[in-house]
Amino acid sequence: MEKAVYQLESLTCPSCIKKIETTLKKTAGIDSVKVLFNTSKVKTQFDESTIESSEIKKVIQKLGYSVLSEKKS
Amino acid sequence: MVAYIHQHKNELTALSGILIVSGFVFGGLGNESLQDIALVTATVIASIPIFVKAILALRMKAFSIDLLVSIAVIGALSIGEYTESSIVTFLFLFGDYLELRTLEKTRSSLKSLIDMAPKEAVILQENGVTKKISVEDLQEGDCLIIHSGGKIAVDGTVAAGSASINESAITGESVPTSKSIGDQVFSGTILDSGYVEVIAEKVGEDTTFAKIIELVEEAQDSKTKTEKFLDRFAGIYTPAIVMLSILVYGVTLDLHLAITFLVIACPGALVIGAPVSSVAGIGNGAKNGVLIKGGESMDKLAKIDTLVFDKTGTLTQGKPSVTDVHTFKNTDQSNLLQLAARAEMISEHHLGQTIVAFARSQKMDFTSLKQSEGEVIKGKGIKTVTDHHQLVIGNRNLMKIEQISISAIIEDYAISREKKGNTAIFVAVDGDVSGVISIADQIRKDAKQALEQMRKDGIKKIVMLTGDNQYTAEAVANELQLDEFYAELLPENKVEYIKRLKASGHKVAMAGDGINDAPAIATADIGLAMGEGGTDISMETADVVLMADQLLQFSHAYALSKATVNNIKQNIMIAVGTVAVLLSGVLIGNIHLASGMFIHEASVLAVILNAMRLIRFKSNGRYLSKKVEISAIKA
Repeated sequence: MEKAVYQLESLTCPSCIKKIETTLKKTAGIDSVKVLFNTSKVKTQFDESTIESSEIKKVIQKLGYSVLSEKKS
Repeated sequence: MVAYIHQHKNELTALSGILIVSGFVFGGLGNESLQDIALVTATVIASIPIFVKAILALRMKAFSIDLLVSIAVIGALSIGEYTESSIVTFLFLFGDYLELRTLEKTRSSLKSLIDMAPKEAVILQENGVTKKISVEDLQEGDCLIIHSGGKIAVDGTVAAGSASINESAITGESVPTSKSIGDQVFSGTILDSGYVEVIAEKVGEDTTFAKIIELVEEAQDSKTKTEKFLDRFAGIYTPAIVMLSILVYGVTLDLHLAITFLVIACPGALVIGAPVSSVAGIGNGAKNGVLIKGGESMDKLAKIDTLVFDKTGTLTQGKPSVTDVHTFKNTDQSNLLQLAARAEMISEHHLGQTIVAFARSQKMDFTSLKQSEGEVIKGKGIKTVTDHHQLVIGNRNLMKIEQISISAIIEDYAISREKKGNTAIFVAVDGDVSGVISIADQIRKDAKQALEQMRKDGIKKIVMLTGDNQYTAEAVANELQLDEFYAELLPENKVEYIKRLKASGHKVAMAGDGINDAPAIATADIGLAMGEGGTDISMETADVVLMADQLLQFSHAYALSKATVNNIKQNIMIAVGTVAVLLSGVLIGNIHLASGMFIHEASVLAVILNAMRLIRFKSNGRYLSKKVEISAIKA
């Protein structure tokens, strides 16, 4: 199980949280998602054999949010 | 494509604004077809980002405010209301822009904390050459070099040099502390002056500083009951408004009215009102060295009416210090202290070590005194021959055994010190008691002021629970004018007492210094831990952590929580009030689409601006006291 944190551009609408959370949860390989509204961060735990962190980044970008940085741990 | 539109939202907003203005200029000049073209173009341009967001949200089955606006705009265009459609879309985007800017301000306290984290560090390599590397490449065991003005990038121990270090990032305390070999330093702190070499013990995410940031980040996003309710409410509210406006159209057949209704009923201020207040409040706390773990804790803290304190380490400093050196028969005070300190160097007992440490802090040079004999008498004191004097230092028992008489004057003095919570140590030089050294765990300098402040802010009852003896407990309780105190308690007694207080209807906050108080802290409505520079256990179990161990930070947090809860209430009132005024205005027919949108956006900005006041919140008379210094000894 891998962990990754994505720093997004500033989020303004609380409804963005729901949008990002539901989409990522549906994505195969992603185990848990937490969107921090105030710091505009997405924290995920995922299975590295199914999905790569760069793919998760792409999903977020497709939703219309630019990813400023990603951090794996 | 989506990202592209998103990136250029500001330009699109500006463009549509310009088009609207030029549209009106054309209109003023009488060219109505050009006016319409300009306004329709403005609408289309400004609609793009809104539509895109609405569609993306819809795909996730999320109703968003963008969707409401999109429907309204399509409606307005279809009935030929170009002025309204363009102004609504423009105001929506412009409002979004302003909200982003102001939201950034409410989030700024945390950001300024994060910015204190250094990005680079200079390490000393094994070959003796220094090298600048990125913080991410640092490893445990690295030796870092920090000069004046530099930031420390790791948690570690000073290996060489000494410096005065500003630890405000960790403790909120801006008075620098001096550190030298063997002392702990923390990531995020700044070297004021001096030079140190630090061996890294914790790097990156493991540092106390990174943990604080993470705790604050999580705290800002954990919701209060009110917020959770509002979230659920907004989830039902938005679809309900869509249904209702369809109903309005069905009944009145007035498309314009239905669309107006749709736009102005958006719950923007309602959704954002409570979270912005929490964020600003928690941010203010973090900056002042108080971690409040989320909106829920903030809410509960504001309702507290009873404070329960542990004594040792919470109301007092937790480590004994010399409070007085009293001499008799014209003995020189510093002479006596030097002798006693030299003698006590053989002692392992903490009281003995306290005397040695005190003499050192007075910059006394006593280590060179010659000591030929030394014997520790367990539980009683020591016997030495120091500087050609026969010394007997210890309690009454030891004096009795050594057949040294204690005169009535000295005995009276010793008893008076003991009544004030001190331990009296007799110092006999060549068979005569020449002085009494008083040692006590002193009350924190800011305790009295902090407790007074909290009483003013609404605390009804202050209680102290301690495992210490009745004598000492009474002295502390009297000094601080506590309502009740209970001494000689075991940890489980403390828990029982707190349960009883809760059962009798009190809202209880329990403050303790960690491990032995942990059960009581967990039982109370609000658990408060002294961070002592941030130990993991205390930081994780408590609802509130005082990073600099200052009780004034507690009183600040209490006042802050009340201010934050009030702020949330104000914001909800602003939001509900606005919606009520707008809805009735629309139904009467006084408010149109564009003006409705304007008022709506203004209310969103109003709640954000209101929340921003919390960033600058200062509790009355609050100041963080300087590091506790032992004042010169009274003769």
